[in-house]
Amino acid sequence: MLDLINVSYDTQIPNNVGLSEDRKVLKALEKWHPGYINWWNKLIPQNFQESMVYLRTAVSVDPKGWAKFDYVKMPEYRWGVLLAPAVEDRRIPMGEHKGDLAWQEVPGEYRNMLKRLIVIQGDTEPGSVEQQRFLGLTAPSLYDMRNLFQVNVEEGRHLWAMVYLLQKYFGKDGREEADEMLIRSSGSEEAPRMLGAFNEETPDWLSFFMFTYFTDRDGKMQLESLAQSGFDPLSRTCRFMLTEEAHHMFVGETGVSRTIQATVEAMNKAGITDPYDVNKIRDLGVIDLPTIQKKLNLHYTLSLDLFGQEVSTNAANAFNAGIKGRYLEARIDDDHQLKDDTYTVWDFEDGKAVQKEVPALTAINMRLRDDYTRDASGGIRRWNKIIEKANIDFALKLPHEAFHRKIGVFAGKTFDPDGEMISGAAYDAKVNDWLPTHADGDFIQSLMKPVYEPGKFASWIAPPKVGIDNKPGDFEYVKLHMA
Amino acid sequence: MTKRIDFQVDAAAYKHWRVSYEGPVAELVMDVDENGGLFDGYLLKMNSYDLGVDIELSDIVQRMRFEHPEVKVVVMKSAKDRIFCAGANIRMLGAAAHSHKVNFCKFTNETRNTFEAAEADSGQKYVAAVKGACAGGGYELALACNHIFLTDDSASAVSLPEVPLLAVLPGTGGLTRVTDKRKVRRDRADVFCSTEEGVRGKRAQQWNLVDEVISNAKFDTVVAERVAQMAADSSKQDVAQGIALTPLDRRFGEDGSVTYSSVEVAVDRAGRKAVITLHGPKEDAPADMDAFTAQGAEAYMLRLAREFDDAILHLRLNEMELGLWEIQTQGDPEAYAAHEALLLENADHWLANEVLMLWKRVLKRVDVTSRSLVALVEHGSCYTGLLAELLFAVDRSYMMEDEFEGDNRPIAAITLTQANFGTVPMGNDLTRLETRFYGTPEAVVAAKDAMGAALEAEEADALGLVTEILDDIDWEDEIRIFMEERASFSPDAMTGMEANLRFAGPETMETRIFGRLTAWQNWIFNRPNAVGAEGALQRYGTGVRGAFDMERV
Ligand SMILES: [Fe+2]
Ligand SMILES: [Fe+2]
Repeated sequence: MLDLINVSYDTQIPNNVGLSEDRKVLKALEKWHPGYINWWNKLIPQNFQESMVYLRTAVSVDPKGWAKFDYVKMPEYRWGVLLAPAVEDRRIPMGEHKGDLAWQEVPGEYRNMLKRLIVIQGDTEPGSVEQQRFLGLTAPSLYDMRNLFQVNVEEGRHLWAMVYLLQKYFGKDGREEADEMLIRSSGSEEAPRMLGAFNEETPDWLSFFMFTYFTDRDGKMQLESLAQSGFDPLSRTCRFMLTEEAHHMFVGETGVSRTIQATVEAMNKAGITDPYDVNKIRDLGVIDLPTIQKKLNLHYTLSLDLFGQEVSTNAANAFNAGIKGRYLEARIDDDHQLKDDTYTVWDFEDGKAVQKEVPALTAINMRLRDDYTRDASGGIRRWNKIIEKANIDFALKLPHEAFHRKIGVFAGKTFDPDGEMISGAAYDAKVNDWLPTHADGDFIQSLMKPVYEPGKFASWIAPPKVGIDNKPGDFEYVKLHMA
Repeated sequence: MTKRIDFQVDAAAYKHWRVSYEGPVAELVMDVDENGGLFDGYLLKMNSYDLGVDIELSDIVQRMRFEHPEVKVVVMKSAKDRIFCAGANIRMLGAAAHSHKVNFCKFTNETRNTFEAAEADSGQKYVAAVKGACAGGGYELALACNHIFLTDDSASAVSLPEVPLLAVLPGTGGLTRVTDKRKVRRDRADVFCSTEEGVRGKRAQQWNLVDEVISNAKFDTVVAERVAQMAADSSKQDVAQGIALTPLDRRFGEDGSVTYSSVEVAVDRAGRKAVITLHGPKEDAPADMDAFTAQGAEAYMLRLAREFDDAILHLRLNEMELGLWEIQTQGDPEAYAAHEALLLENADHWLANEVLMLWKRVLKRVDVTSRSLVALVEHGSCYTGLLAELLFAVDRSYMMEDEFEGDNRPIAAITLTQANFGTVPMGNDLTRLETRFYGTPEAVVAAKDAMGAALEAEEADALGLVTEILDDIDWEDEIRIFMEERASFSPDAMTGMEANLRFAGPETMETRIFGRLTAWQNWIFNRPNAVGAEGALQRYGTGVRGAFDMERV
């Protein structure tokens, strides 16, 4: 019998889905594999490919102790196909098929809808690796470099997970879509990634932390709602991906925390109390708080755009079909069909942003976005505690959701971060205070000098409180290959 | 009364399109204003369109011919990111009355046909440069272009998702052009038309859904090069200067009547009838085409065609209860013939050609108008050449015979000219006389032999040019009885009967679009599976799927 908890390593592709007995899919995946390795090898600078990185690899899907840590060269990482254990007698949690047994095969009528959702999710996974490909060159420590690579290989595995679903359940079309995943690439003029935020640059480490905090969190919300899917293989896939995703957000949150920590410590030490005394603060080799706020504004708003239109037919269709649920669907106290419910969304009427009630079914995106905003505000509170503790009069905050949007009702209009609609001229006059400028970029870039000595950190970032896998502070997380 | 839909638009203030001209190339950029819908209750998101968007397009296409004869290639593009055009706005369709949907589709079909034919008619070639999603009516726009470029960005696709998504058909020529124009193999067409997401990249080219697939990074450059080459290879004659299509002289009366400089529309609500009178020229024909060009939009033959066209569209969309159109002409046949002759004799002059091609389109509009059409050949009438063509477009025609008491207008006569023998073919590619005498080609020969003569009732009857000739004694009663009878029939049965009888003979892509495709679409538009409270069109956007009656009919 198949051991569906522990990972089988008897094929080239570690898995707990019995691949060695599923010749057809195994063949398809093995055919796809060289293209993937090729993509990976061309992506990340060669000396990092040869380096030994202290990575965790999933060896089981058992929630207690699913991973083991060891040194591995990234191209030799065992990217595998791992699904969370099946829940016996699982039922479709929402929509018109609510209460029916979850589907183990793709229902024909929803094939396209499912495929599209999987393709969009899958496309984001390699997208972020592409965005972050050069960050190793400026890592502020080996600890951070290791975290970066951990996130990268796991995003790679997430791509594998989606590709597995495409190849196993979507026939020839699915195989083609799997190939396209390696053709599109972030920021490409030729064939860009499907979603805007995954075509933006991640030029520096603060962006990386903001990205993993805000944009990976969008990923978390999407995975949470796909984990509700009535299509059981998708649900199980996403549930396992979520265990890995938690680490990505941890990297983001602590990365920003440590950046703030370094800033306030340096300010205290130099006796600077005014957070807006930017030049003096920057002279200390740390990033001033107003610039951190600007970065936050940028990444938060780009991430909001990922949730799509406030009122969306596709989202409504997917919910009703039982393909994609809401965040924590099971904990919501309603009929899980949204027959007559309404939900408050933003709309734009007579030149003003107004809130109005629409059928809840069509507002699935908006609801998920609201849940996202709540989820994202936790870290902000913790960041502000650090500032408060240092006795500096400054508080980070999430801008209003109307600010700096390219998708949805606010797109194409100018709002300030408090949500006031303002003229284009007023916006232009202030935008440099709200979003990172090229000059801010130049400054941050000037701090991005690699620190490759074990236990040492760049000036602008504080060491972590605890090491990965409880390793000591001077642990050599990456044994750099020096060619 | 509901808002009047106006087919005359201000060319300086398009809401949804931008046009730019550079030598022989024009760029036609779709940039639909989502708040600019013709009616309330929907937003024109993602370059989706409603009738208002199409009225502007139709205006642009018309002006391209007359105002910009220097243009040889028109490149249709989108200003939106990642979207070419999402097709007809679904919420608008879901909310629209059946009659509006049908007339909307008819008008959009006519506009597609017009820019599609512009290459054959005047050497103006429309090409589509597709970036982003090109779905449903969006792909139908591209299909009506004579060359389609598609970018290969691994996301942009062409699709006809109507069947799987909305339970209706790609009814603006989509199904027909895929097989008849693009000659896509029927089983592939079947796959294509039932796949919501459509086909992208190389496969779109392999299946001939597009002509060229171009790498995304080089797309704009390659398209510009290809278009420049097309313009260089064009056989269209060089014309330095077009003429301006100035606003029509048009007044609306309280009673619904419309008065143009040469066309009059009177309304008889009780009789559910509109009387459209086309007047002969008041002025002499221009001496030559230079003089004609100097008159520009004021030239009689052009003015009359534009006014008649506008009247047809106005009555179709705004006066749906006027089920019978009575066509009248009044004027001096010889004076009219002189105006027409100038165009026929100079048919290779760009402007003469454009005016004749406009007449071809206007007469085709008459052919596909779902109203009962009757022409009365009264004394003083002017049924010559293109105007006589109306007699062969209508369902029935009645002609006055001999003198009528108290009527001192010149005796009714019909004059055939060269224009009745090939200048303005119908959608089936036959002349109206060939269609009329389908099966008796000798009757066409006999009519041609009579060309140039003023044919009075008896001769016209002998040649089969009118339904019936009536003298002073019978005229009034017979006409009254015909009209009363006509007004009492089911409008649906009339529409169906007339549309079938008007197009004898062979099928063409055009007749298949207006006949087969449109008829099926209109049937579907009446079926609960699409438009019922639980139908797919009504439910679109709610997240709940359409509930279908699974019986095959
Ligand atoms: Fe991921
Ligand atoms: Fe992630």
